Amino acid sequence: MTDPAARAAPVAPADAAAPAGPALRADPLGHVDPVASTTPAASAAPDTDPAEFAIRTTGLTKRFGRSTVVDGIDLAVPRGSVFGFLGPNGSGKTTTIRMLLGLASASSGEVRVLGHEMPSNLARVLPAVGALIEGPGFYPFLSGRANLHRLDSADGFASASTRKARVERALDRVGLSSAAGKKVRAYSLGMKQRLGIANALLTPRELIVLDEPTNGLDPQGTREVRTLIRSLAAEGTTVFVSSHLLSEIEQMCSHVAVMRAGRLVAQGALDDLRGAGRTHLRLTVATPDAPTAAATLSRLGVRQAPAPAPAPAPATFEASHPADRTTTDPGIHPAPDPAESTPLEGELPETVPAEAVVAALVADGVRVRGFAVERASLEDLFVELTGEGFDVVQ
Amino acid sequence: MSSDTTAPVRPRRALGWGFFLSELSVLFRRRRTWAMLLALAAVPVLIAVAIRLTDDGNGGGGGPAFLDRITQNGLFVGVTALVVAIPLFLPLTVGVVAGDSIAGEAGTGTLRYLLVSPVGRIRLLVVKFAAAAVFCLAATLTVSIAGILIGLALFPVGPVALVSGDTVSVGESLLRSLLIALYITLGLLGLSAIGLFISTLTDAPVGAMAATVVVSIVAQVVGQLSQLEWLHPWLFTYHWLDFADLLRQPIEWSSFGANAVLQLAYVAVFGALAYGRFATKDILS
Repeated sequence: MTDPAARAAPVAPADAAAPAGPALRADPLGHVDPVASTTPAASAAPDTDPAEFAIRTTGLTKRFGRSTVVDGIDLAVPRGSVFGFLGPNGSGKTTTIRMLLGLASASSGEVRVLGHEMPSNLARVLPAVGALIEGPGFYPFLSGRANLHRLDSADGFASASTRKARVERALDRVGLSSAAGKKVRAYSLGMKQRLGIANALLTPRELIVLDEPTNGLDPQGTREVRTLIRSLAAEGTTVFVSSHLLSEIEQMCSHVAVMRAGRLVAQGALDDLRGAGRTHLRLTVATPDAPTAAATLSRLGVRQAPAPAPAPAPATFEASHPADRTTTDPGIHPAPDPAESTPLEGELPETVPAEAVVAALVADGVRVRGFAVERASLEDLFVELTGEGFDVVQ
Repeated sequence: MSSDTTAPVRPRRALGWGFFLSELSVLFRRRRTWAMLLALAAVPVLIAVAIRLTDDGNGGGGGPAFLDRITQNGLFVGVTALVVAIPLFLPLTVGVVAGDSIAGEAGTGTLRYLLVSPVGRIRLLVVKFAAAAVFCLAATLTVSIAGILIGLALFPVGPVALVSGDTVSVGESLLRSLLIALYITLGLLGLSAIGLFISTLTDAPVGAMAATVVVSIVAQVVGQLSQLEWLHPWLFTYHWLDFADLLRQPIEWSSFGANAVLQLAYVAVFGALAYGRFATKDILS
């Protein structure tokens, strides 16, 4: 799955690269590399024409004092994609977005947005970028409409003559027309969020960056935002959405990148990530004869998880290098406990049919009390990638 | 949105008048701004009413000498109120507006949206300073005009005797009042620049406002210490009360010029500091 050539490819920006054809554009990030935490995302950065990417970063790093918040990430957001930027709270997503938009400077590394070097081309790039950054920010003493007029007038490139019409259209698009005359002080969080999205839509954009766009929205509003994002994508706008919710990303994104503790641990087309998950089958055997069963399973090439005592630990998951798997570590067998059926977990190689495992277990005299084979879901993959789960910071 | 998504050919960046007007409208649509102007207008009203109530009609009111002159000519109320407002009330309101300029935007979370609109950091600083200057003018004019109006209402009005002993007509004296208001506005520009700089240092607007007011008070206290006399000409408060020269015939412009040079120097220095701080600052608010 991981292409060694791509892995070794230089991370340098890709001016000297092969011409970017439509094929590259369709699938520029075919590699899914969940084990890349040791060589963060270098492999997920193919050499292509930088103009093909709405966002391209190389070794982007941000340090605050001694702590490294963003650690050498190589983002590649293809034009026209709906790109999900996923990670637990505190994994560096918002800091990355601030660097992309020139609000914060990078400690090292390069950023190109819409093909231009940032932050030196801010005035050139930003008019074509709409953004919702870390929640909405508005003057509470002004109406929603007046707030949009204010922010639009700040854009020195936006035409004042069309301002009124554009503001009304943006308000209409997020369903705020009727509440536009109210002071923002009286808005609910969801309404502010909508107003923030309206602000991102004030002028035609090539790239829209939405940081946690569904925060504070009710289910209805969440669905509307999803529809809105799809319609933006249909118009050819690149949408970069950050979220800590996998389900959200899964429903609307074509591409995804996963952050963990400041590092990019996976990046690619969502379908490829799904595919990566599908090739792995998780096997669970409930039996009182655990040692015998473990021996049988390792003979069959099932890589086993450490003993899942009281709370079952997640199965060890490696999306790539299935061939590298070593046989079971003898030290991880659960203590024999004839009274209970201890579940054994492991990964079933594609070459071994599930029924063969049962047959082998039974032939070895293992009392099989439960047997299950599940496909690892995308969620399993992400939980594996991001560690403790999506709401825990490091 | 439209079919034109490939390469949005935008007009050249506007000079920023639209944003400046928007800034003024935001400033003057705030209730806080009007509350401050109202409080400033109350200064001459309180003075005039108090003097009117204690005045026994023969001009021997018993207050300080300059308050006495009000009873003879209502046009003095405005100037008197400015003298009273200069040490504390005017710096207080200017401190609020200037200290709020950047930190307030950071506090409401609008700073990041202004910057990605993109407003341009230098343009934002310039517009914020210009708006603060407009507020300085509005504040001094409020005191001056409220004073003149209440003076007209409560006291006799006539030709004004100047410091130099000459007497000028009512119309000319109104012009002099305007000139004094301009002089004081000019004197507040240095403080505005200091406030703008302090405002770039923090995301807490209240802190920036308080610090700006404290700076103005410290400068005035230092200005009272004879041990630090060498420092006095360098204080931005040094010329604050020197507008008596504008009440001579002919007008003595030298203090006006000295005030202007001093204030412009402060604007240049603290404007540069604000730029140095803000141009490369990480906006994390």
